[in-house]
Amino acid sequence: MASGREIKTKIKSTQNMRKVTRALEMVSAAKIRRAQDLMKASRPYARSMRKVIAHVAQASTDFSHPFLTQRDHVARVGYIVVSTDRGLCGGLNSNLFRRLLPAIAEWQRQGVQVDVVAIGQKAIAFFRRLNGINLVGSVGHLGEKPKLEQLVGVIKVMMDSYTANGLDRVFLAYNDFINTMTQKPTVDALLPLPLAASELEALEEAGESAYAGIKLGQGHEWDYIYEPDAQAVLEHVMGRYIESVVYQASLENLASEHAARMVAMKSASDNANKVIDELTLVYNKARQAAITQEISEIVAGAAAV
Amino acid sequence: MTQTIRVDIVSAEAEIFSGEATMVVATGELGELGVTPRHAPLITRLKPGHVDVLLASGERQQFYVSGGILEVQPQVVTVLADTAARAADLDEAAALQAKKEAEEALANRSEAIEIGEAQAKLAEAMAQLQALERLRKNLKH
Repeated sequence: MASGREIKTKIKSTQNMRKVTRALEMVSAAKIRRAQDLMKASRPYARSMRKVIAHVAQASTDFSHPFLTQRDHVARVGYIVVSTDRGLCGGLNSNLFRRLLPAIAEWQRQGVQVDVVAIGQKAIAFFRRLNGINLVGSVGHLGEKPKLEQLVGVIKVMMDSYTANGLDRVFLAYNDFINTMTQKPTVDALLPLPLAASELEALEEAGESAYAGIKLGQGHEWDYIYEPDAQAVLEHVMGRYIESVVYQASLENLASEHAARMVAMKSASDNANKVIDELTLVYNKARQAAITQEISEIVAGAAAV
Repeated sequence: MTQTIRVDIVSAEAEIFSGEATMVVATGELGELGVTPRHAPLITRLKPGHVDVLLASGERQQFYVSGGILEVQPQVVTVLADTAARAADLDEAAALQAKKEAEEALANRSEAIEIGEAQAKLAEAMAQLQALERLRKNLKH
């Protein structure tokens, strides 16, 4: 059995660890709120953008944009992967990567090239070790309040490649924040824009007040007055829309990071507590054993005299 | 009662303004335009400049946008503002920067080990050690 002093140092170091995990837990708990607020604040923009695109896509303009047309032949796909910058957040990043790997392997099996842009240090570290994919762009250290400008570069890399026919499909991978306990690793199709008919209907049914007076489609065709022209406006809107979607994903991921870290650190603190309890028990037993031994030695010594 | 039009000014990062107004004045790509209630549907890019909102109370609120999109519906005006000054060459520079960062990350693969990577390797080694220990224990029994 370890001596009393050894156990004591072990208890001390576990207590120190618990202090750290507790602090991290509380910091994350505070930051979750802010991340959620950011998420909420950015939603109206994306919603309005989506409405405009949905309308323009089905309005009477006979104009098709590469972002809206499906390509049958797929020779190269792109992934935008959003990860955290820091670790200590449980299995958040590894769950996401684990979801991605089979999909990437499947593309490679079909002879499709895979391009990746990584957002966040963890994704950069992961994908540069991965063979067979092309890391074409990366950005890290987004901080606690990500700015859209920080993401513009990586998004443009992907969009340019798509417009130039380099990529046939672009996906967006991130952790969807559902609630504090659950974060869902998600892979969404980003390009071409998935504007299914059902989605348009859902938009109309949501009773967007703006459209209340004007029925979409159904004979009452109406269209915007475009300034300067439809193509320029649509292009602009779609670029901004893609950016806002990726931005939103990075916010979701940020909220997920803090939630995951909070839960991971909470269980770490609990585990530390358990270890401390066990060690204290062992320590007390050892001390008692030492005392008992000492007494018996004294008694034996006295008896011998 | 004067007619009003709903105005929403939003950017990707925040909701800036939302309320009823009698008129909205903004600088479109083809020139300044004032939007009053029941305006025909219109969509245009915005130039950097002011967006003035005339409230029903007669008050005038001014916002600065560094570009964006103006969408007009008969009852709603939506300003989708950019969050920062944007220009084609600025975006281009950002894209180049992103590419360069990726290249650097790849070039450093063998040299200076980054902390994240080192941590990943450490975790791997720890798992291996644990497995070894378990094996050893099993052998003893």
